[in-house]
Amino acid sequence: MGKLFAVVLTVITLISTGVFIARVWWLPPDISVLGLGIDHQLMETMLASGVLFVVSQLVLALFIWRYRDRGDGRPVKTFPGGSTPMVVIATVLVGAEILVLSLVGTRIWSGIFLSKPDPAALKVDVLAEQFAYYFRYPGPDGVFGTVHPELIDDASSNFFGLDPANDSTARDDVVSASLVIPVNTPILLTMHSKDVGHAFFVPELRIQQDFVPGLVIPLQFTATQMVKKEIVCTQLCGLGHFNMRAYLEVQSHDQFEQWLADNAP
Amino acid sequence: MRSRFALSLTLLALTASLTGALAGPGGNAGSVSGTVTFTGTPPKMRPIDMSKEPSCAAQHATPLMNETIVSGPGNTVQNAVVYISAGDQPSAAPTQTVRYDQKGCEYLPHVLVMHAGQPLEIYNDDQTSHNIHPLARTNPEWNKSQPPGSPAIKATYAQPEFIPVKCNIHPWMHGYFVVLNTTHGVATGNDGKFSIAGLPPGKYTVTAWHEKFGTLSQEIEITGSSAATANFAFKALPY
Repeated sequence: MGKLFAVVLTVITLISTGVFIARVWWLPPDISVLGLGIDHQLMETMLASGVLFVVSQLVLALFIWRYRDRGDGRPVKTFPGGSTPMVVIATVLVGAEILVLSLVGTRIWSGIFLSKPDPAALKVDVLAEQFAYYFRYPGPDGVFGTVHPELIDDASSNFFGLDPANDSTARDDVVSASLVIPVNTPILLTMHSKDVGHAFFVPELRIQQDFVPGLVIPLQFTATQMVKKEIVCTQLCGLGHFNMRAYLEVQSHDQFEQWLADNAP
Repeated sequence: MRSRFALSLTLLALTASLTGALAGPGGNAGSVSGTVTFTGTPPKMRPIDMSKEPSCAAQHATPLMNETIVSGPGNTVQNAVVYISAGDQPSAAPTQTVRYDQKGCEYLPHVLVMHAGQPLEIYNDDQTSHNIHPLARTNPEWNKSQPPGSPAIKATYAQPEFIPVKCNIHPWMHGYFVVLNTTHGVATGNDGKFSIAGLPPGKYTVTAWHEKFGTLSQEIEITGSSAATANFAFKALPY
């Protein structure tokens, strides 16, 4: 039985490692400036944890094979000095590894979440609601109209609660159900939720950020390829969560300007 | 779907005429007709962005426009409901079922007129799930999911009420259930015209309701089988 367990453990370890090496289920191609750094960090983490995983599983299999119960009535051997020193050493080593990985990864993380936004970034206001996203561009005046929650009315397409009757800065705001952006341009999203927690996830951008009701959360990225990709909600937000999505369309600068003009209110 | 709606309206009108004819003394029954229009400049209706639901977007050759205000030539108002709000005799709920469709991520009709207690059936004709959420206040509120191909949702509303209807999965979908306690109520078509027949002699209040413009009322008097006229002009503001 000990032999069988050792063999099964070895086979599972080798197959699961092979799945990663062959990149059977891998990330979609990256389309963002930050993606390269994130992928690099992800690969480092995978290698560090992967090597340890393989070594520890194979050593475990070896020990099981060698020191299995052979049914000959020999006394059970214990590790010299008992198990306590081993557990302490293992905990310290694994803890140190996780700490190092976190510290190294912080550089990439802070590049996304702690760096100051590019002053030239295109600002897009994002509203998440059950069960859709809406995106708002400030229009030619460069100023977003003030949001009045009491004026939010999906029926008349006033998703942001704008007051164009009294607020001239709201009159030129462009509202869209797709996130249309120009390529190679820094984008700064200001994310807020109308109701419950939602998420903004575009795997190709390597970015995932929650919406938290009551908070305006900035998120910046730059897309490097002209593609159309899906934006999905990854926080269970209610009965229509499965269908909460929008599309990210990365266009050339000319196409984007034309799109803005075509969608002007 | 529109033809079904037209048919149900015709049947409703026929029922109304019959009821009126039977109720009216000596078969004398009058009618009231008119046109609903607006004055001023209404808000500009924008195309609805259905990009999150490609199967619905594909069903509209040109993008569906926001239906809060739908008007025809001469500033006529579609989807206004004109009904007898006072002076009418109590009427029993028709047994005929009224039908409400979700097609191309649009509610058809946009405004559904029914009698309190009248059976209602709601269909999903799309390849996507909808959740139908009538925001009733007087009547019990409910919110039901309806995946594609599922059977009709059956409901009735016992109390008269103007009920906004929405789909949370497709936030642009919006309509109204107008539950009346009279059979004398119709929704206007694109020409803004309405006609209510089968009114026994008497004094009535005719009310025109519109989801954006509000309500307007007029007093009319029917003598014998006279045909009264009641035109309504809502004031529109650009914002």
